[in-house]
Amino acid sequence: MNAATYDVLIVGAGIVGAACALECARRKLRVAVVDLSTIGGGATAAGMGHIVVMDDSDPQFALTRYSQQLWRELRAELPDEVEYVECGSIWVAADDEEFREVHRKQAYYTERGVPVEVLSSGDLEKAEPNLRKGLAGGLLVPEDGVLYPPCAARFLLEKAQERGATIHLGPPVVDIGKGRIRRADGSELDGGAIVNAAGAWSPELTPGIKVRKRKGHLVITDRYPGFVHHQLVELGYLKSAHSVSSDSVAFNVQPRRTGQLLIGSSRQYEADHTEVDHGILARMLERAQQYMPALAETSAIRVWTGFRAATPDKLPLIGPWAEDSTVFLATGHEGLGITTSLATARLLTDHLLGATSAIAREPYLPSRTGSMEHAHA
Amino acid sequence: MPEQIAVTVNGSLVVVAPGTSVAAAMMRAGASCRTSVRGEPRGPLCGMGICFECRAEIDGILHSRSCQILCVAGMNIKTDA
Amino acid sequence: MLSSRPQFDVLVVGGGPAGIAAAVSAAQSGKRVAIADDNPALGGQIWRGETIHSDPSARAWSSQLRESSVELFPGARIFDQPAPGVLNAETMDGSMVFEYGKLILATGARERFLPFPGWTLPNVMGAGALQALAKAGLPIQGKRVVVAGTGPLLLAVASYLNQRGAIVVAICEQASLATLGAFGLRLFEHPGKIAQAWGLHRELARVRLLTSAWPMAAVGNQILESVVMSVKGTQQRISCDYLACGFHLVPNTELAALVGCRLEGGFVQVDELQTTSVPNIFCAGEPAGIGGVDLALVEGQIAGLAASGHGAAAEKLRRQRAKLQSFARSLEKTFQLRPELKRLAAPETIVCRCEDVTLSQLQPHGSWRAAKLQSRCGMGPCQGRICGPATQFLLGWTPDSVRPPVLPVKLRNLTSESHQPKGELTSVM
Repeated sequence: MNAATYDVLIVGAGIVGAACALECARRKLRVAVVDLSTIGGGATAAGMGHIVVMDDSDPQFALTRYSQQLWRELRAELPDEVEYVECGSIWVAADDEEFREVHRKQAYYTERGVPVEVLSSGDLEKAEPNLRKGLAGGLLVPEDGVLYPPCAARFLLEKAQERGATIHLGPPVVDIGKGRIRRADGSELDGGAIVNAAGAWSPELTPGIKVRKRKGHLVITDRYPGFVHHQLVELGYLKSAHSVSSDSVAFNVQPRRTGQLLIGSSRQYEADHTEVDHGILARMLERAQQYMPALAETSAIRVWTGFRAATPDKLPLIGPWAEDSTVFLATGHEGLGITTSLATARLLTDHLLGATSAIAREPYLPSRTGSMEHAHA
Repeated sequence: MPEQIAVTVNGSLVVVAPGTSVAAAMMRAGASCRTSVRGEPRGPLCGMGICFECRAEIDGILHSRSCQILCVAGMNIKTDA
Repeated sequence: MLSSRPQFDVLVVGGGPAGIAAAVSAAQSGKRVAIADDNPALGGQIWRGETIHSDPSARAWSSQLRESSVELFPGARIFDQPAPGVLNAETMDGSMVFEYGKLILATGARERFLPFPGWTLPNVMGAGALQALAKAGLPIQGKRVVVAGTGPLLLAVASYLNQRGAIVVAICEQASLATLGAFGLRLFEHPGKIAQAWGLHRELARVRLLTSAWPMAAVGNQILESVVMSVKGTQQRISCDYLACGFHLVPNTELAALVGCRLEGGFVQVDELQTTSVPNIFCAGEPAGIGGVDLALVEGQIAGLAASGHGAAAEKLRRQRAKLQSFARSLEKTFQLRPELKRLAAPETIVCRCEDVTLSQLQPHGSWRAAKLQSRCGMGPCQGRICGPATQFLLGWTPDSVRPPVLPVKLRNLTSESHQPKGELTSVM
């Protein structure tokens, strides 16, 4: 088999790999992207496509905000099938305790220049009439949006190809290291740097990285235009055991541009199979019905599962891998892969080129200790 | 002589024999069942509850499969058009 | 809206000929047996509507069913198996859970649709579909109908429509006259079929039968007005009210796949006693091989006897089955799709009707999955049942594996009310 020389070999043609391919190609690097038979076939195919600013930690805020702004800058170029809509998010507070969190978030975001609006109980009813009555209110974040990830990944890859990147779909990658990728059919590609953007499968290629599969379920309904207007997410997760290790569900509903409703979300650690887990699906949908009773009568047309790549401190791994100077990581994005893909690509390429970055990149370094070891396993 | 059944299709009265499906009642009334994603009018294709082209609003429930539902007196049927 | 959890020794899914024969046979030995069917009335497709009362064979079997202890659940749409031996069903006003010791799948078949320009116009539908709608109250007396596609169903439908006063302008069969002639000669091996065929022949004596004929386009402004047929290479335009067009049958194997049955060549793999690869699950009729009503009845009986522990009694039926299976095989060969049919669809012809995806939008992709993710083809409520067989024929794609729910259901039916732990069976074989 022929070996070819590239500046960067990217393993993974999901949203993160695609974004990295475009950024590297844009900055004149010779790029090869390698994956199985389908572009965006992993979490990119399974996830919600929610572009959302999050504030679980300052570094999470910095990365999501930076990336959200990059998506907003890109929106004019996005083709129709990417279905980008800036519908905004509403963080829903069910009671007074959660409403206090609304105020905390409002202060946090306002200090950092993110436009937000506090919604009273009445405001929330007007904004989303299908939510149950009697909720305390919510926080509207108008610059959040949604898109359709498989087409977004494809768009980014096509732009990368226009700038000379090549895509190699086929046998699985079995080994990466020392500037070489080897695939199951024996073929090899050589490059100056290798980027592991293989998401839930990244630990198979770089053993020892702290990424675990976190299974999720989603349900999509038939078309109900106008049923919901914003992506709705509950603040109730505050109450559940502050655990990163057990199964959990949360209310999360998205209006798709088609008028279909996308309903989530669930998280499980010890679930390695792709089959639908009836128990957790039932819990997830019961939770959704508690917030939006009218969902009960909607027609659910498909259910599917996917695996997020989760890290102990909820921050992705972006940067060099200490054990091999040719290997870089761009993985571990958990539920924020779509949101943070563009910023990840910027930071990753800055690392490759020794350039400075628009935000501090230490918190995402694969070599970080502290938070990775002290966090719950 | 079995009792005829009266239903409304998009506000118009349609009288049918017992055992008539909602899809047949809609077709009698000259209504297509739904409008497709690109705006085309559509009617039943498979006649057996699989293709979902016969979806209509029946008594307020959207996306009801009209070919597998029998007319009941007083049913209020609305198509996409 | 109460949920109930009845338990059965033998549960039959599908109330057509195979299912009825299976249930009656299983109930003979005193087992607790039920039929669950998605339609408001039993009969499946071939015995739909008044046929279950008028056809002698149907009448005989449904009378046996009435006299048996089989419990009937019409309007129950099975959508999931949350645990072995447990099936969730959606009903007209709620949901229910069935528990079974043995399962017999008699889920029948559906028509194969091939796209061509204008096929999405209202009043273009399947051949069996027009018959089903007519049986359900669609007026067809005096209406001009073109029946097209392929398969013995076309003749049966044309005969039905003719008897009810429709003007069957032409039957357009894609197979060639030579192929049909060879099939006709083979009928001599199946004397029972000759009488059937002769009856149809007389019935349809004045109806034009065109061979090597297929639709090139359905034409009309918002609704069907005429059809352009290719007949032995020349084009003919025929004005009509309905185009009843179906290209033979594809088996309904989704539930079988969901419960773990192995498929072979697209059909459910079964042994001599209609047992699938899952030891307590049986399959009879079309999902095990398209073979028509007589074979469905024999396979149903075998499955019912086997599932109720009387497989030995099924021995006598094996010769009948072998004969009918040989007939089924020649049926398949005769009505094979000609390669010309691959060119019927134009680039802008819609292939996925749920999501309005055209052929040109599908062609760049190398697989069903890639096409699905990029174009949404197959992501609609039909879950690929219409566009799947079409893309398989046009592009050689095989569809994904099956996930629950195997048909769209109300969201509330996916919640925990349906997921109690399995109760105890009253008798286990």
